[in-house]
Amino acid sequence: MTAVFPDIWPALPEIFLALSGVALLMLGVFRGDGFTRPVSYLSIVCMLLAAILAMGYGSGRVVTFNGMFVMDAFGVFMKVLVLVSAAFAVILGLGFNEREQMSRFEFPVLMIFATLGMLMMVSANDFISLYVGLETQSLALYVIAAFRRDSGKSSEAGLKYFVLGSLSSGMLLYGASLVYGFAGTTSFDKVAALFAGGAHVSPGLVIGLVFVMAGLAFKVSAAPFHMWTPDVYEGAPTPVTAFFAAAPKVAAIALLTRVVMEPFGHLAAQWHQVLVATAILSMVIGSFVAIMQTNIKRLMAYSSIGHVGYALVGLTTGTQDGVRGVLIYMALYIAMNIGAFAVILSMKAKGQMLEEIKDFSGLSKTNPMLAATMAIFMFSMAGIPPMAGFFGKLYVFLAAVAAQEYTLAVVGVLTSVVGAFYYLRIIKIMYFDEPAVVVDKVDDDGMTGVLVLTSLFTLLFFVAPAPILNGAAAAAAALFAG
Amino acid sequence: MASWPILSFATFLPLVGVALILLFCRGNTPDVLRNVRFISLWTTLVTFVLTLLVWANFDPRNPGYQMVEKAGWIPEFGINYHMGVDGISVLFVVLAGFLMPLCILASWESVQVRLKEYMIAFLALETLMIGMFCALDFVLFYMFFEGVLIPMFLIIGIWGGPRRVYAAFKFFLYTLLGSVLMLLAILAMYYVAGTTDIPTITATQFPRNMQLWLWLAFFASFAVKVPMWPVHTWLPDAHVEAPTAGSVILAGVLLKMGGYGFLRFNIPILPEATEYFAPLIYTLSVVAVIYTSLVALAQEDMKKLIAYSSVAHMGFVTIGMFALNQQGIEGSVFQMLSHGVVSGALFLCVGVVYDRLHTREIARYGGLVKNMPKYAVVFLFMTMASVGLPGTAGFVGEFLVLMGVFRDNTWVAALAATGMVLGAAYALWLYRRVVYGKLTKPDVKAMFDMTPREIAVFVPLIAVVLWMGVYPSSFLNVTSASVEQLIQTYQTKLAASHAASGVSVAAR
Repeated sequence: MTAVFPDIWPALPEIFLALSGVALLMLGVFRGDGFTRPVSYLSIVCMLLAAILAMGYGSGRVVTFNGMFVMDAFGVFMKVLVLVSAAFAVILGLGFNEREQMSRFEFPVLMIFATLGMLMMVSANDFISLYVGLETQSLALYVIAAFRRDSGKSSEAGLKYFVLGSLSSGMLLYGASLVYGFAGTTSFDKVAALFAGGAHVSPGLVIGLVFVMAGLAFKVSAAPFHMWTPDVYEGAPTPVTAFFAAAPKVAAIALLTRVVMEPFGHLAAQWHQVLVATAILSMVIGSFVAIMQTNIKRLMAYSSIGHVGYALVGLTTGTQDGVRGVLIYMALYIAMNIGAFAVILSMKAKGQMLEEIKDFSGLSKTNPMLAATMAIFMFSMAGIPPMAGFFGKLYVFLAAVAAQEYTLAVVGVLTSVVGAFYYLRIIKIMYFDEPAVVVDKVDDDGMTGVLVLTSLFTLLFFVAPAPILNGAAAAAAALFAG
Repeated sequence: MASWPILSFATFLPLVGVALILLFCRGNTPDVLRNVRFISLWTTLVTFVLTLLVWANFDPRNPGYQMVEKAGWIPEFGINYHMGVDGISVLFVVLAGFLMPLCILASWESVQVRLKEYMIAFLALETLMIGMFCALDFVLFYMFFEGVLIPMFLIIGIWGGPRRVYAAFKFFLYTLLGSVLMLLAILAMYYVAGTTDIPTITATQFPRNMQLWLWLAFFASFAVKVPMWPVHTWLPDAHVEAPTAGSVILAGVLLKMGGYGFLRFNIPILPEATEYFAPLIYTLSVVAVIYTSLVALAQEDMKKLIAYSSVAHMGFVTIGMFALNQQGIEGSVFQMLSHGVVSGALFLCVGVVYDRLHTREIARYGGLVKNMPKYAVVFLFMTMASVGLPGTAGFVGEFLVLMGVFRDNTWVAALAATGMVLGAAYALWLYRRVVYGKLTKPDVKAMFDMTPREIAVFVPLIAVVLWMGVYPSSFLNVTSASVEQLIQTYQTKLAASHAASGVSVAAR
């Protein structure tokens, strides 16, 4: 092999983000914790710049770094989603970290490195680069889950996430090694070519595939690999939870999509049933178990399990329409999810964070704007039109109906009615009950900005849905063109 | 014809009122609250004028969609912003526009807490209702149809009675459960037809097997909305707990969404399934008419009684529709309109006494004719209209429905007619217990007669009920051409598919 310098342009956002992460780390080290706010602002700027770089990529599929790295319209769409949601998560963390005395400059820097790992995941075109990206992300996430060192719960969350995360990474690696053993290659393109040629599918390879999918299901917190989610969501500091529920989920879904569509695109018969089972379990568990929760963060954890179930419904179909549905779903989901966490982060009385659902009692009287915002997100998550969440469900179920997955579609809409119950319960508590505590005014400009942006987006998405829908359609088409 | 988008104006004008309230009415002083009331009233009045303009612009000889507006919304996906009215929907638009100012007036004093949110919810509701009757695109229709749940949930839950939370949840989840199944049916049609344009889908022929499933999915949604027995149980709860104006809109307009849905989608799009399932509708409706009338006889709560009577009256509507002839369908449209006005008025009648005594228990009243003579007259008039006295709106609709169904199935007509007798029984008995008898209770004695504002609410209602009863042609003329076309579409498609299956049988 001749040593040719690889084409680095497709990886420009990653390279830029890595360099800026290092630079911000240096800045933080030399200026100390007092410099956290500027580092945070700069990290937001860097993430958004990286998003612009990603958007500037254009279209067309380019494979580089000896086939390890791929960039296409699908990658652009997912990377922009990951970067924007990560930037929002940094904003959410600012005020919280200062109030809770955990304001250290490592926080935004670790988020940058986690985001870098996610970008790699989105662009992985080989099991090796997949694993490297995944671990870059996970290591940074393990640390920030336990970022509140003096809190037992946070440390527990970090540890739990670490142990279970390592287990799932191990499963994934084991599965990848089986695939390597039976297919003779780790490259997505070569695996795809092998099965496109109609090669014999050995049981060992199917076992490897199932292991890989189990590992990825853990990362997207799909049932039955969801057990860590409620505990980690509850224990981790709330801005970290907000981050967990958005960016890593998008990246993991992107990775899962690419893995099942590209290398194993011709093995749909093998992975289809696995995904169907996972989707149904996630929707059912996400909707029924959430009913009994009393902690809003645990509720959001179950809600996110349910939402992943809906997204997987789209993926199950294995069609371009299905992938389009997944992309639309994720884009709208993170908007309302970040918004909902912004509301949760704004819920404090006399400087103390409120995390119980009953603390929302009568919020519409003490803080009407905050309650209205939360109501928008809850109606949206329940999938009630005209909120954005409805369109997500619409396109996922459209794909399911088109692929004649009627069972999935019916289970999906029925569980969404169950889900509507617990979202409505929050609205009921805010609007129909009498106030219990007086919630402080939102005094953080960044937070207000996030709230206004996400709620307007969720409420008014229906006015001009075309850009995101078309972007998702183009991204899905790119995955099928290659 | 109108060159400006009159339907969009009528639909979205209430949102302008919402914006005005949000922008200019800050604080909670009496002045501000008065402004909120007047802004809402004027917005709904102007909207009503717009809906009347829609009616004036409407050409009754043209059976197709009129005042059509079409704009790209998500063109790449075959989804457009497409509005238009035909003879079936235009009067519902007017009905929604007509009832809304009356609701605002009826809530003038009875709503004291969170007035601003209340008015915003009602104005948003008006936009959604009018939009739903005008929508000619499935996604657009579904958005309006489902969006109605949000303000209604809040109206019942915030300003409702003691069991409001239970009622609000029951209303929301029941309706949502039906609607999501309809959503799947819409998606299946979208997949087959490649568009969500309602006129295009109406022209599409679906395979028989698929029709049966699609029909059931639509049925799940509309049967809950109408509501048909046995999925009507949310209605008495929702009615009892909702504030007066909420009940008026619920009975007056929201129930019509179900009937409208049957007419717009089930019959023309899925004719074979309609033919197949018509006996089911007949059975359920006859049960509804007789059973709920008997249940109404046993009620102790005025609103609950009227709620059950609504279920019975809507049973007539569905019977008439599925007779599938000119009289039956025109009668059911007319019956929906008259029920919208009459049951709305009856709920307002209950609201009048409820505002004074704060109870809906029938036994707590009695002898009102002595101290509230004006009220007694109004209530009597509306009771008679509900019973179906000739000369009032109620008679025309029930008569046409019975005539239509008699041509199709005598037994159903006979059984439905017993419902009319039972209807007279419970309505008159309610009237007797509330208005006649001895005026003994001291708090009832202290009740004063209707105020000028209340009279202003009822005068237009009485006028419309008389107009509809005495000269129904002005309404039937509007609907007849479109109904004729609907029946023609139904029969042509049915004949085509019968012929096709006949051919395939012959070929075998």
